[in-house]
Amino acid sequence: MVKLSGKAVYKGVIIGPVAVLKKDEAQVKRTKITDADAEIVRLTQAGEQAQAQLQKLYDKAVREVGEASAAIFEVHQMMLEDDDYLDAIHNMIQTEMVNAEYAVAVTGDNFSEMFANMDDDYMKARAADVKDISNRLVRNLMGQEDVDLASMEPSIIVADDLSPSETVQMDKSKILAFVTVHGSTNSHTAILARMMNIPALIGVPMDLDEIHTGMKAVVDGFKGEVIFEPSEEICAEVEEKIREEKEKLKLLQTLKGKENVTPSGQKINIYANIGSVSDVGYVLENDAGGIGLFRSEFLYLGRDDFPTEEEQFQAYRQVVQTMAGKKVIIRTLDIGADKQVDYFNLGKEDNPALGYRAIRICLKQPDIFKTQLRALLRAAMYGNLSIMYPMIISVEEVKRIYEIVDEVKAELDEAQIPYKVPEQGIMIETPAAVMVSEELAQIVDFFSIGTNDLTQYTLALDRQNAKLDDFYDPHHPAVLRMIRLVTDNAHKYGKWSGICGELGADLELTEEFLRMGLDELSVAPSMVLRVRKAVREANV
Amino acid sequence: MKKFEYVIKDEVGIHARPAGLLVKEAKKYQSKVTISKDGKAAEATKLMALMGLGVKCGENVEVSVEGADEDTAFEGIKAFFEANL
Repeated sequence: MVKLSGKAVYKGVIIGPVAVLKKDEAQVKRTKITDADAEIVRLTQAGEQAQAQLQKLYDKAVREVGEASAAIFEVHQMMLEDDDYLDAIHNMIQTEMVNAEYAVAVTGDNFSEMFANMDDDYMKARAADVKDISNRLVRNLMGQEDVDLASMEPSIIVADDLSPSETVQMDKSKILAFVTVHGSTNSHTAILARMMNIPALIGVPMDLDEIHTGMKAVVDGFKGEVIFEPSEEICAEVEEKIREEKEKLKLLQTLKGKENVTPSGQKINIYANIGSVSDVGYVLENDAGGIGLFRSEFLYLGRDDFPTEEEQFQAYRQVVQTMAGKKVIIRTLDIGADKQVDYFNLGKEDNPALGYRAIRICLKQPDIFKTQLRALLRAAMYGNLSIMYPMIISVEEVKRIYEIVDEVKAELDEAQIPYKVPEQGIMIETPAAVMVSEELAQIVDFFSIGTNDLTQYTLALDRQNAKLDDFYDPHHPAVLRMIRLVTDNAHKYGKWSGICGELGADLELTEEFLRMGLDELSVAPSMVLRVRKAVREANV
Repeated sequence: MKKFEYVIKDEVGIHARPAGLLVKEAKKYQSKVTISKDGKAAEATKLMALMGLGVKCGENVEVSVEGADEDTAFEGIKAFFEANL
């Protein structure tokens, strides 16, 4: 039994098997062998195993992302059969009498070097494919498990850290909890965990070599603890806790269908934040009044090329139709900063949070922006859609956006494609936008305050830096005063104001938000009923 | 031995996917199929060597086919280039 502590980002308890996701390359040691033929038999078996693994990955990818994107796994299969590659490995085993792991690792390095030295960017990128297949062979030779998220049973995901594109690609029904070595309370793993209503621990000092897939573990988000291979006593205790939690959730369920109204009659809208079409289920399940923040990045992450207008249109339409008349606020792409996508070719920046991201990309590369706008305007025909623009710092930016929207309208008119110009609002997440909110309120339909970024920019604290978690005061009066100022300015011009950052779900602030007169709180689906409870019990 | 020359039209050249398909196609025949560009040559059945040629869009390659079934192989490979590359 090993007990470790970390920082809990979602309070919940779970017990289940572990799935370790390892990114780092396996450590290969060179050893002398005596029987080259036996070594080659091992290699062949590892190769056959790899072919079967890749076939599974290919089939899964075809089902989920289509044949074109799945082709990479087919290419990996062919690379593994490549005569030159295999000959080089065989040769090394036979002439140098070394273990297959070492021969594969060295050959893989040589071949990937060849690609890395080519003068063509596309071919350069193939070096990663050679590395990938070599690592797969080495893993198989060493008997290390290849975590296959498609066929595994629901598990506690244990990893060093998770990138947004990794979390996007996961089958959410297979995740019981997250436990990571790195990450911060505002990382994407944390956001995802809150949305999915599952326990998550970050900053856990684990040695990933000591933890194996299939091990049993308990994650306790209340205590901020993870216990690997727990004793029977602890298991029994935890099962009891899980039962209690379920009871509490049941009580919350009785609030479904009830109004978000305070004892004195003040009403507020409670909407949900989501990140993909499949999350709409969570929204309806938790009885949210609408979607207050639909992060459109999911359409751009985890793929090799830009999503087409048609793909986007289908996704947006599906969501607004499923929500059947309830409001769906879609935020235009917020790529950059901590959400990197290779094909955007954004390049490394010293200071990505203050860099080329979100609306800045859209205004500089209007082609990308227009494709999304066209899809949004078309989808607006099918339900109650609103568009929200992120990272605004000035009135001029909004004016420029409207010009681009006008161009899109003209193009759609010309092509005789039906569309509707929906409600358009902006995120308030920069101190600049707060300071000019009076001017902004006159030209937009609504404000939605992104408290995560607003807090980060106001307090000058990097949200990805776990070291700063102690300095990060989400209740800082500077931030709360900004929320009040923004809301007052919105109301002055008859516009509505809401919060779509994590702060919206902070039950300690619900009363204060009601006093400020906020019109909407958009929170993780799992928090909708809890916030409703707080509103109904508020002393306002 | 039969030969033909071909100018690559695919935007990214002989990249991974078409190279993989070409390997599949070439393996159907007994004949040896060789692709050469600027004095460098690679057997069409060897994926990495083929990709290693780094053939880009607009470049000219020479394809030679030699072996027992070279007539059918020639037709098959030529049709493949026209359809995929």
